[in-house]
Amino acid sequence: MSKPTPMLHPAVLEASHIALSYGHAGRATNVVLRDFSLQLKAGEVVAVLGPSGVGKSSLLRVLAGLQTPDNGGVRVHGESLKGPHPRVGLVFQDPCLLPWLTLEENVGFGLDFRHQPVLDAKTRRERVRDAIAEVDLQHALGHYPSELSGGMAQRVALARCLARQPEILLLDEPFSALDEITRGDMQTLLQQITARHKTAAVLVTHDIDEALVLADRIALLGGQPGGLIGEWRIEQPHPRDAVAAELTRVRVEIVQALRDARRAGSPPAELQRAVA
Amino acid sequence: MNATSIPLHRSSARIGLSLFGLFVLLVLWSLGIHVLGKSMPLAGALSPSDTFHSLYDLLARNELTRHTLTSLKRVMVSLLAALALGVPIGVAVGSSRALDSSTSGAFQFLRMISPLSWMPIAVMIFGIGDAPIYFLLTITAVWPIILNTSAGVRQLNPRWLLLARSLSATRGEILWRIVVPGTLGHVLTGVRVAIGMIWILLIPCEMLGVSSGLGYFILDTRDRLAYSELMAAIVLIGALGFLLDALAQRLHRHWVPAGTD
Repeated sequence: MSKPTPMLHPAVLEASHIALSYGHAGRATNVVLRDFSLQLKAGEVVAVLGPSGVGKSSLLRVLAGLQTPDNGGVRVHGESLKGPHPRVGLVFQDPCLLPWLTLEENVGFGLDFRHQPVLDAKTRRERVRDAIAEVDLQHALGHYPSELSGGMAQRVALARCLARQPEILLLDEPFSALDEITRGDMQTLLQQITARHKTAAVLVTHDIDEALVLADRIALLGGQPGGLIGEWRIEQPHPRDAVAAELTRVRVEIVQALRDARRAGSPPAELQRAVA
Repeated sequence: MNATSIPLHRSSARIGLSLFGLFVLLVLWSLGIHVLGKSMPLAGALSPSDTFHSLYDLLARNELTRHTLTSLKRVMVSLLAALALGVPIGVAVGSSRALDSSTSGAFQFLRMISPLSWMPIAVMIFGIGDAPIYFLLTITAVWPIILNTSAGVRQLNPRWLLLARSLSATRGEILWRIVVPGTLGHVLTGVRVAIGMIWILLIPCEMLGVSSGLGYFILDTRDRLAYSELMAAIVLIGALGFLLDALAQRLHRHWVPAGTD
């Protein structure tokens, strides 16, 4: 299969040959991620899947412009990323709401920062209200974070990101702390939002089902140091059922690839699978 | 229905117990004067009835207003000076591990020196008047503010800072939108402690060559042998201290939503 040309499928975000390590003066360097590349197209949802400690969250921080990799670089619309980009929204594992601000103020937090696009007060207010409506929390505008449930707080975090009208969403295991039912609701909400706004997203997760239900593409990280050990394209229409036969087959392949990687101690040759 | 009636019931019980405690204090005071009165005829002037009578007279004649306002002004000026000094130092110390390590020994050393020990030096440098009082009260109040502010900065959730960075916040925006509101609860706790310390130290400081303030008034009543007025001033000092602390507590509750500390 021929490689798609950038002209036909321009990548909104492109990470090339990312290598990451942690080391302290006088101590051996611990390489967590080696030579990882990713191309994210407009409106595409990519799940970066992998076990804990493989460098997924660090990778996301690199994609968000919050961390400089040891090697490689990130481009947004072809431009080298030097720091956080106003059109790239980041959702953390915990909602990270500011307890002294109300729900509405939390959603609007940062919209007036100097390096954000300039918006007049009316537009800012509309953006905030629209984002809150997207996550269906209009009834709780004046509530403080201490008055919100875990699911509500994570919806506020998502709304804070949406108020920026991001072109790219970066999600760091955003639903991992939620109970199963709330997690399912949040996954549906995220899927609807990314589809409605054609937002591209990188979802970091260790939950295979979450990746299968949400992603157009799954990039599997594994091995020590971490690297890409498999990639699957999921073309099932939404809403998806994680126990559907085709998804179950991918699930089995993913588990097998992870086992192989662990057994080998280093990543096997890259796997490429396409599930129609 | 139950959810509202239980806290109401609890708060009225708390107020009842508090009033009972004050009543016990009043009984002990009366008993003490009764016992003291047998060996010291002047003790009668210190009794609760004479005290409250004098307090009423003094308030009615407006004689305490000037002294009270002067004392409160000294508290406020010193508190503001301590905040202006203590908050930036606390933020700097809380933000830098190196600065924290290099200052902690010196701060603990200075903090443990009773501010009154500086009194002769303060008079030597600033002369007689309000200046040495402001100096002494400010160095009293500055330590709880520095220590609480730096503790507040250290406990800031690192994710709040990461969030601000991810939104391209400038250093100033991080300071004003995360650090200041995120440490406000700690600063106000420091303010509450500082007000208590200032109020305790104010009275001896006002016995230092000034001609107004509640401390001066106490010395004045002693010189005039107006002992019931002296006791009235003591009661007023206690009541004002209580109100100042309640005010600081209220500010904390008003400005600091749950979960910020």
